[in-house]
Amino acid sequence: MNNLELLTFARGTALDWSLALCCAGIVLRLFETLGLGRQADLAMPRQGGPGSGWRTIVTRSLPPPGMFQRDALTYVAGYVFHLGLFAIVVLFVPHIQLIRGVIGVSWPGLSSPLVDALTVATLAALLALLLHRLSHPVKRMLSGFEDYLSWLLTVLPLLTGYLAYHHLLLEYTLMLAVHILSVELLLVCLPFTKLFHAVSLFLARWYTGDAYARRGTAA
Amino acid sequence: MVQGKISSPLPGTVGEGLARRGVSRREFLRFCTTLASLMALPPAMAQTLAQAISKARRQSVIWLSFQECTGCTESITRSHSPTLENLIFDLISLDYHHTLQAASAAAAEEAREQAMKDNAGKYLLVVDGSVPLANPGFSTIAGISNHDMLVETAQGAAAIVAVGSCAAFGGLPRAKPNPTGAVAVGDIIKDKPIINVPGCPPIPVVMTGVLAHFLTFGGIPELDPLGRPKAFYGETIHDHCYRRPFYDQGKFADTFDDHGARHGWCLYKLGCKGPVTYNACATLKWNEGTSFPIQSGHGCLGCSEPNFWDAGNFYQALSMPVTPVQGAVGAAAAAGAAAGVAVTWHNRTKKAAAKAAHATLSVQDLKK
Amino acid sequence: MSASLARGLNAFREAIDAPVASFFSSCVHCGLCAQACLFYTETGDPRYTPIRKLEPLRRVWKQEYTLLGRLQKLLGLSRPVTDAELAEWSPLVYDSCTLCGRCSMVCPVGNDITLMVRKMREGMSAAGHAPDGLIEATTRAIESGSPAGVKWVTVLAQIKRMQTQFGIDIPVNRQGADYLVLMSSWEILNYPEYLGAIAKIMRQAGATWTLCDHAYEATNSGIQIGASDLAGVLVGRIVTAAEELKVKCVISPECGHAYSAIRWEGPNLVGRKFGFEVKHVLEVLDDFRRAGRLKLKGSVDQPLTYHDPCQISRRGGVYQQPRTLLHDFAPEFREMSDAGVMNWCCGGGGGVSANERAEPLRFIAFKRKKAQLDELGVKTVVTACANCRVVMEEAIEHYHMDVELLGLTELVAEHLDDGASA
Repeated sequence: MNNLELLTFARGTALDWSLALCCAGIVLRLFETLGLGRQADLAMPRQGGPGSGWRTIVTRSLPPPGMFQRDALTYVAGYVFHLGLFAIVVLFVPHIQLIRGVIGVSWPGLSSPLVDALTVATLAALLALLLHRLSHPVKRMLSGFEDYLSWLLTVLPLLTGYLAYHHLLLEYTLMLAVHILSVELLLVCLPFTKLFHAVSLFLARWYTGDAYARRGTAA
Repeated sequence: MVQGKISSPLPGTVGEGLARRGVSRREFLRFCTTLASLMALPPAMAQTLAQAISKARRQSVIWLSFQECTGCTESITRSHSPTLENLIFDLISLDYHHTLQAASAAAAEEAREQAMKDNAGKYLLVVDGSVPLANPGFSTIAGISNHDMLVETAQGAAAIVAVGSCAAFGGLPRAKPNPTGAVAVGDIIKDKPIINVPGCPPIPVVMTGVLAHFLTFGGIPELDPLGRPKAFYGETIHDHCYRRPFYDQGKFADTFDDHGARHGWCLYKLGCKGPVTYNACATLKWNEGTSFPIQSGHGCLGCSEPNFWDAGNFYQALSMPVTPVQGAVGAAAAAGAAAGVAVTWHNRTKKAAAKAAHATLSVQDLKK
Repeated sequence: MSASLARGLNAFREAIDAPVASFFSSCVHCGLCAQACLFYTETGDPRYTPIRKLEPLRRVWKQEYTLLGRLQKLLGLSRPVTDAELAEWSPLVYDSCTLCGRCSMVCPVGNDITLMVRKMREGMSAAGHAPDGLIEATTRAIESGSPAGVKWVTVLAQIKRMQTQFGIDIPVNRQGADYLVLMSSWEILNYPEYLGAIAKIMRQAGATWTLCDHAYEATNSGIQIGASDLAGVLVGRIVTAAEELKVKCVISPECGHAYSAIRWEGPNLVGRKFGFEVKHVLEVLDDFRRAGRLKLKGSVDQPLTYHDPCQISRRGGVYQQPRTLLHDFAPEFREMSDAGVMNWCCGGGGGVSANERAEPLRFIAFKRKKAQLDELGVKTVVTACANCRVVMEEAIEHYHMDVELLGLTELVAEHLDDGASA
């Protein structure tokens, strides 16, 4: 198989299968999670407050009072990584074309050199987070194989995308194929690792926001 | 620049043929200088080229045409007046070519067989078109299948030049579903050096340049992993495209006559395959350097790459899926839901069982 | 029947629901929950990371309720939860967690870790791994009506004292009253003035109220130990009494978890909605104040601050009312850092103060509250939970601090403009 055939495979069969497995996995995990049900709360909730499960989905993205100073690195690097990744995935023109090919909608993108700069920042944030995870006693105690695997699955698409855009390391067609395949690997593993938080955090935040809104202290 | 006439050409040589046509030494050396620079050779090589070509016996070339559209022949013969390409034809003895030869029927086949016998081990075999393997009857010449004729003719060839994407990689006939079982020359012949000169069609001067290299050095030029001469196929269209600054800035044309298109912006979104296509179109261009597809506002099709017909829609960007994914995703969601229902049933049953197994706790039960 | 690993694991299986599953699915091991937990911040020991306290529960969820986890178990790739592990986790679940709720507020993916610790205690208690002190307190509460073994006769003695001291009639078992007043054993034993304060306030507000001789204990050891069966028995006594006496509202006293037990868990424990309201005493005071039924005079001149009991402020939603009341008569009221919904725990809630094994750790954890007080430089702390008061008084003595603790209800009662002496 030559490089163009590998690229065509990555854009074709591999994409079909990885999207399918990711989608099936997400649906399965949602059933697995929601199917356990939640008992109705018979206590009378407080009324009239601004809090709700829906609100917490949004507000939980902000650090609560007093927390930022306690672990500024995790917050800053976390924001840079997530916002950077989001911008790269949905505001880079070639990616927007991919999304258009899948769901039929598109939007204007950022200028490519800007996305390139964001990629560097995002990779730097990921590196900082890895070093922190390896050195901070709490993170180190919590972390295992799956944490480092998830890190690798996340860093590879960013790194290979950067290399492809700059025509570095491998011949371009091959580098592009590797980039697409690395994304597909991430997709397949997403529902079955902590990366699933990308979906389940909406549920978690809603449940907690709802529970505390009933008590009058949702955040 | 060396003055004077071509030094005592030997009879039956290229130099003799050129002299008979009245080609001056100056014209000939100019040709060799151009040829040298085309093949990225140092200017001093022009002299070596001139001497070698001048002394060479006219090279016997047998051109076999299989499942082809004749586009490669059309390309190589594109000329309005005596051109470089015509000069090349003075350097070779084209002993067999369906479109260009005078003879036909049995006489044509006899000419081929005679050339094979007279130049055994030394003739250059040029092939265009793919070879059908599904049924030999799909493409025959004088009742002989393409496969058999290729194998037979390759035996005595010094080297093979597979001209055009069909001969080099299988080309259009090989595109899904490949009803004729089309394959490339290299899929059949394994024991001869093969130079792939792909393109649909290849650039005229690329074809002649490869021939000139063979004539000059007697061997094959440096090839890439796909058997293509690096001199012409060593860089991508993208890396030499004059619209590259727009790609780098992220300025893309969205449709064929929009603002971006009229300002010559990058054609990535309109499906240009320049980044993954190796050819000389962006530098040598077509029609003697007039233009090439991107300059005319149409994205590169990637025609010098293997299986480019199946490498995604010509008008959809490189980052888009090559086949629609909605079906797979829809089926997957359904499969996930089915599995999800099963898993939910299991989970709820287990939880209900735990509830049923719950023995009311009393304070005595707090200790073991 | 007695405690066993099997009963514990069964309780885990019962306790896991969709929220728990979404929480375990979402945890990304960021460690921010540790930064919110005073047991980690004051010890630097990563074993006290809140989400880590749930590890055995998480493994049961993974191995029993997820397809991937079940496959891994089938292939012999997972470790079952053992009794030894639950024993090892007991101090993490009971000594280093007061169910204060800060972790649930800060988790970026929205995990309610507090809820999960509460659920995990269901399994720990059924497996016999609850701390001895809590087991004893719970046994006393179930068998005698109070975790400290306080019987009605003791209460009666306090009633007589208060009636004499204030000249106010203290009703018992009165039908159709506006309010059923509950007390915690701490108040009965250590701060009996609370009862007198209630009597005075009710008189001024013109509200009808009553005690009940078979439902006077507000605390709920079942919640602390994490045994819903027992918690249901305890709260059921109050519900039955409230329905018998046909009161309009049950008042939860100055006690943290008692409010949680009856206000939030109560209806779910007994399996039905209440026909009466449940309020914390501070909510009642605030109601009276807004209706103009609370007249205060004088002021407390010394600088003071308010310590937010976790179950009342953050987990109860009653954080504005004490401040409104204090602003009425304490001109030198100052807020400590992180005051309000994000205030720090005293370190002794959630059953920790009844657990002797946890005492050394509790004092270390108090350094967080000590730092807040030192920074503020105020010598008077007002609060609305008797357990916080006891815990803080003990710790203040341990650290030789010059700080006094006051109860808010008593402070309000002392400043009533009713003509009678305070």
